[in-house]
Amino acid sequence: MQAFSFIVRRELRLALRRKGDVLNVLVFFVVVASLFPLGVGPEANQLRAMAAGVVWIAALLAAVLSLPRLFAADHADGTLEQMLVSPQPLAVVVLAKTAAHWLLTGLPLALAAPVIGLQYDLPAGPLGVLLASLLIGTPVLSLLGAAGAALTLGVRGGGALLGLLVLPLFVPVLVFGAGAVTSTLIGINPSAHLSLLGAFLAVSSLIGPWAACAALRVALD
Amino acid sequence: MLETTALACERGGLRLFSDLDFALEPGDLLRVRGANGSGKTTLLRTLAGLTRPAAGEVRWRGNAIGDEYRREMLFLGHAAAVKDELTVSENLEFAARISCLDASASNIRDALEDLGIARLGDLPARYLSQGQRKRAALARLALSPGVALWLLDEPFAALDDEAILRVSELCAAHLAAGGMLVLTSHQDIPIAAVDARAIELRG
Repeated sequence: MQAFSFIVRRELRLALRRKGDVLNVLVFFVVVASLFPLGVGPEANQLRAMAAGVVWIAALLAAVLSLPRLFAADHADGTLEQMLVSPQPLAVVVLAKTAAHWLLTGLPLALAAPVIGLQYDLPAGPLGVLLASLLIGTPVLSLLGAAGAALTLGVRGGGALLGLLVLPLFVPVLVFGAGAVTSTLIGINPSAHLSLLGAFLAVSSLIGPWAACAALRVALD
Repeated sequence: MLETTALACERGGLRLFSDLDFALEPGDLLRVRGANGSGKTTLLRTLAGLTRPAAGEVRWRGNAIGDEYRREMLFLGHAAAVKDELTVSENLEFAARISCLDASASNIRDALEDLGIARLGDLPARYLSQGQRKRAALARLALSPGVALWLLDEPFAALDDEAILRVSELCAAHLAAGGMLVLTSHQDIPIAAVDARAIELRG
């Protein structure tokens, strides 16, 4: 537990001294999600119908953009090697790095989403559901993404490969995340969608770190 | 304590060495020699548990190496594991914490003092020279007198005479206190040891 908290604190401190990386991802998300209303035109019904899908897709792409850096820097300077030979369980290291990744990408995206939603003329109720779906769904992106980042560590052109690898895994999150908001718009209770997102979060919090640990051991062999 | 039986390692399908047997007891120093590419780094990484051997095994206190072993082992590889964005003392503090060593401010300062880089403590590591970076990495040695086994890959590379002296003194003190040391080096730096041995790796 102690190891978890000092690794998270270190990641946050590193991000604070390298703000560009974090801001790039957030700005990418805001720009992509804001381009759609401009391209589609001011038809309010159409915008409301597509809002959740666009915001969620922008969130997935932003996550893929941020993932290659999750382990790459620590791999290059030897920190990852030291983490592997340290007495700390590797799963704790991976979970801490994943948690820090979410705090630095998923959480800011989720908090920015309601502001984006205003551009799509979303009423308050669906805006809240959009925020909730992102808060539950974006940790899944970090957890499964960590496994993808570990698998493509040290591979040339790993960024593109990472996208091909993890985007299909993100499909259920996209379907139920966007589905929750869309169902609210037509008057259906979104709790079923959100519960399923929660189930994905539970499953991926087991599978993601486990796969990432195995992949890291292979990458550093 | 540390022993290998019929150890063999491969890199990319190429057999580097095989049938390597040795045993280290407290106070022992083992120098690993060999030409470039003869497998010195691979041997150290195998002893650290990073690389899996092609055959044979590494044992610690009679058991296969595992979690308990990592508590009693320090491995310093080619990469310094020093982050540009963090200061020298922040880097050392993190290294100490992850290895479950005492990371108090005074301990960190003393360790930097031992390597002659105390005045660089608050400097972001990106401004360090190659040799200073190496010293910052080696400052972990000064924090780890209680860690039984040191595995050092080319610890003297990029160091000046003064730093070489400081590091060899740390190594000698570690051995005198009953520690074990395995190191690869192209230079023959004298280190006082009860039992110093060398193995030569040939392709």
